Amino acid sequence: MLDRLTLALRISRSKVILRRYFITNGFDGVLTMLGLLVGFRVSGSVAIDILLVSGLGTAIALAVSGVSSAYISESAERKHELDKLRDAMMDRLEGSAHEEAATIVPVMVALVNGLSPFIFAMLILAPLWLASSNSMVIAAPVDLSIGIAMVMAFLLGIYIGRLSGTFWLWAGLRSSLLAIAIIFLILLFN
Amino acid sequence: MTQIREIELDVLKPHLPNVLEFSDAIASLGADYEVFLDVVQMDEKTETLTVLIKGHSLDYRRIEETIKNLGGSIHSIDKCHVVGEAIKN
Repeated sequence: MLDRLTLALRISRSKVILRRYFITNGFDGVLTMLGLLVGFRVSGSVAIDILLVSGLGTAIALAVSGVSSAYISESAERKHELDKLRDAMMDRLEGSAHEEAATIVPVMVALVNGLSPFIFAMLILAPLWLASSNSMVIAAPVDLSIGIAMVMAFLLGIYIGRLSGTFWLWAGLRSSLLAIAIIFLILLFN
Repeated sequence: MTQIREIELDVLKPHLPNVLEFSDAIASLGADYEVFLDVVQMDEKTETLTVLIKGHSLDYRRIEETIKNLGGSIHSIDKCHVVGEAIKN
């Protein structure tokens, strides 16, 4: 099964696409959560439970949107590619790895696109959940969540920097600057 | 029972998997399989190959199945070497 997945990814050149979706939508998840948390933070005192449910709702919406949009676009793209290959081969390619890839790859891309923002959002919301369920005493759970979101943005920046060969600290700081810009804009509009 | 010792195929396949992966998949069908592959023609999406496979007892059905699984299509069998009962060992 793993061999078939690897082959499907290889022949469809999808590793890069998966990585791109992971980063792009992961970043979306981090920045959306950051915006939501900062918005609540500056609007005054909001119960942790309300914040947690809002965050969870946003994370679910991001996941569903990520899965559905990526699946629709990728499956159409893969079908188009397969049809072109079928024409070139003058063969239906039934039972081939290429036909399999056209089915498997959109599902994998959709899962990555949906799960990436969801997982990042869950990590960011973890302090709120711990505080809400009284599992752990956290003095300022919202601030901690905002801090985690900033760290996530920094780490995603480092990852992007590694891919592009940019100095890791600069790449991380560049992403952090985006997060800071979001905070600044929210404060400005508030 | 006869045994196939050598077979040469004219194959059309997509660019991916590449010829190394393609040869590797065929060669891994038998411990003594030897695969010699020539790219005869390259087009925008496909390539035509001459695949020569040697071995003590080639399993043509599995070779055909492997090529099909990798998206290839056998156009013709151009050469073969098959041995009979008396000399197969």
